[in-house]
Amino acid sequence: MKRIISILMENEPGALSRVVGLFAQRGYNIDTLTVAPTEDQTLSRLTLTTHGNEKIIEQITKQLNKLVDVVKVIDLTDGAHIERELMLLKVKAGGAQRAEVKRTVDIFRGQIVDVSSTGYTVQITGQSSKLDAFIAALPESDIVEVARTGISGLSRGEKSLRL
Amino acid sequence: MEILSGGDILIRALRDAGVEHLWGYPGGAALHIYDAIFRQEEVNHILVRHEQAAVHAADGYARSSGKVGAVLVTSGPGATNAITGIATAYMDSIPMVIISGQVTQDKIGDDAFQETDMMGISRPIVKHSFMVKRPEDIAETIAKAFYIAASGRPGPVVVDVPKDITDPNIKVAYKYPEKVKIRSYQPTTKGHSGQIKRAVKQLLAAKKPVIYAGGGVIMAEASEQLTRLAKLLNYPVTNTLMGLGCFPGSDRQFVGMLGMHGTFEANTAMHYADVILAVGARFDDRVTNTPSKFCPEATIIHIDIDPTSISKTVPADIPIVGSCDAVLDEMIAQIEEGDKKPDQKALSAWWQQIDEWRNRHGLYTASRYGESSGSLIKPQDVIKMLHKVTNGKAYVCSDVGQHQMFAAQYYLFDKPRQWINSGGLGTMGFGLPAAMGVKMAHPDADVAVVTGEGSIQMCIQELSSCTQHQLPVKIITLNNQALGMVKQWQDMQYGSRYSHILYEDSLPDFIKLAEAYGHVGMKVTSFDDLESKMRECFAMKDRTVFMDIYVDPSEHVYPMHVAPNGAMKDLWLSKTERT
Repeated sequence: MKRIISILMENEPGALSRVVGLFAQRGYNIDTLTVAPTEDQTLSRLTLTTHGNEKIIEQITKQLNKLVDVVKVIDLTDGAHIERELMLLKVKAGGAQRAEVKRTVDIFRGQIVDVSSTGYTVQITGQSSKLDAFIAALPESDIVEVARTGISGLSRGEKSLRL
Repeated sequence: MEILSGGDILIRALRDAGVEHLWGYPGGAALHIYDAIFRQEEVNHILVRHEQAAVHAADGYARSSGKVGAVLVTSGPGATNAITGIATAYMDSIPMVIISGQVTQDKIGDDAFQETDMMGISRPIVKHSFMVKRPEDIAETIAKAFYIAASGRPGPVVVDVPKDITDPNIKVAYKYPEKVKIRSYQPTTKGHSGQIKRAVKQLLAAKKPVIYAGGGVIMAEASEQLTRLAKLLNYPVTNTLMGLGCFPGSDRQFVGMLGMHGTFEANTAMHYADVILAVGARFDDRVTNTPSKFCPEATIIHIDIDPTSISKTVPADIPIVGSCDAVLDEMIAQIEEGDKKPDQKALSAWWQQIDEWRNRHGLYTASRYGESSGSLIKPQDVIKMLHKVTNGKAYVCSDVGQHQMFAAQYYLFDKPRQWINSGGLGTMGFGLPAAMGVKMAHPDADVAVVTGEGSIQMCIQELSSCTQHQLPVKIITLNNQALGMVKQWQDMQYGSRYSHILYEDSLPDFIKLAEAYGHVGMKVTSFDDLESKMRECFAMKDRTVFMDIYVDPSEHVYPMHVAPNGAMKDLWLSKTERT
């Protein structure tokens, strides 16, 4: 089962390697990972997605909490939450294709952020499944390059992850 | 406020953190620090012969005293040699601070001479680690390192110190912090009262209870509470390898060690128990045998300070996160204040059953192993003799292998911190250097190294440190002329194909070797001489003595769990007999 875990940790050198190392060392999976400093520059927020049975997920959150640099851990999938991923995608779009690609981008509410004579660079945001669907809607041979950020997320309502 | 160089600050901070003995080995990146050591007298530095031994010695010191061990090594090979010692301490939750020298910050990443990424290499085997980047940060980092090492579930902490920050020409103000606060690190000590109440209720309703206590009890200094609780309830107690001594080994309520080489009565009682109170133990694979077959009828109450230990391998029915001493105190108070008492009738039947098991296949039943006579010396009898000669009061430091299991089984430890062994990592070579640390902490006590001719050779160079620092430990070598535990497995599972466990007449003359280092060597080949020679050995209070005792080379350690796919109760009792 897919889980989205958000971690608030000290913005220190080595903190990220402790988190990533923990997953490698204990044989847990990381499917996506995104990390950046928060509005408080001394803290970083790391969001990762992983999968496993309940027992494994429980161990993962406990092990993460045990890391000295980790301040707080929350499993966003435990409750209602918002999740988003951003994708930049370069796609061939010349001649007759050009209008067709533009239409597909519009349907997915994406934006064309760069244009060349042979193609477009598209920015698209949403749940990962939407990004997957967009990729599936394009002819495979037309996709030049894809960059995805991995999932970021917040709990719905008043629940928050902060000091 | 004093203005000092980084090197001086480091040593002053160690002093202010309570360090009396610092085990180490100098080298390029640590030279400024060693110069600071030279210019003071409060922190006693002990030079070893290999960095692994420095860590094991600090470890033995920590295990036997409850204080934080301290180590200083240089960068590169100094740091990497320390790794086995750090991993050993990590697996057994031993409080320790390891200072490693590092190349100057401008050279980090350049593959400089003796550069290694100590932060990276040690990361999976430390509780935490720091790299200090400014002389101004040294004191606070040391204070944090000692706080983290000793609090919560203890463990080793590495402090990597680049050479430029200990430069004697750069001086800054020194002040040791009075208090340490780390916002991201706040270990729980007090257990949840509601959970404790549930646990007590379950415990008192038990008909076939077992108290399963581990090293966490010793770490938390909770032996007194554990013993009081066990006495209050009259429940049987079993100890893990790491927990030996936390409940008196010679007490009637003690059913022996449990697990792979645990007693028949301890393992069988666990299997049929209806309530198990696990205290400071972690359901290690050497305890549980096959987890899915582990104690099918038991409700499990699990007290541990580390939440990750709970329900990791075996799900706990009543988990309690907290320090063993605090939780046991609260349990005792609730039992004493309440009206409910254990079911005496059920308990008496349970004890009758346990005694029957004990009398049937216990370690002390007459024919458990053959008799020693003449040139046939049974290793078990050597341990029993050690117990007799030292009145059961020695600190026993073990290496890893058959001798370790015999010592765990037959030296009945009555006090916590008396039994010093590498339980989790199983590090051969641990015994001798650990004993040096124990002797430093307890100069007047008898300190024995129970070892084999295999293990002792893994850190034998420390015989030289024993000479230099006058550490008169007694080395009791159970010499079976083979890597015995591997041989046992090869006997049992590989058709006695002895792959690389024999020395082909290459064993050194240990007597001459001991003498070469200035020690006393004694060879024992007859059981008739064992007692007199061992008494002679321990009578030489100020000498390191190497006893080379030739034991029965064919002996196996029993009981032994039947594996794979066995339950707790499935045991080999001898080469031919199984449950």
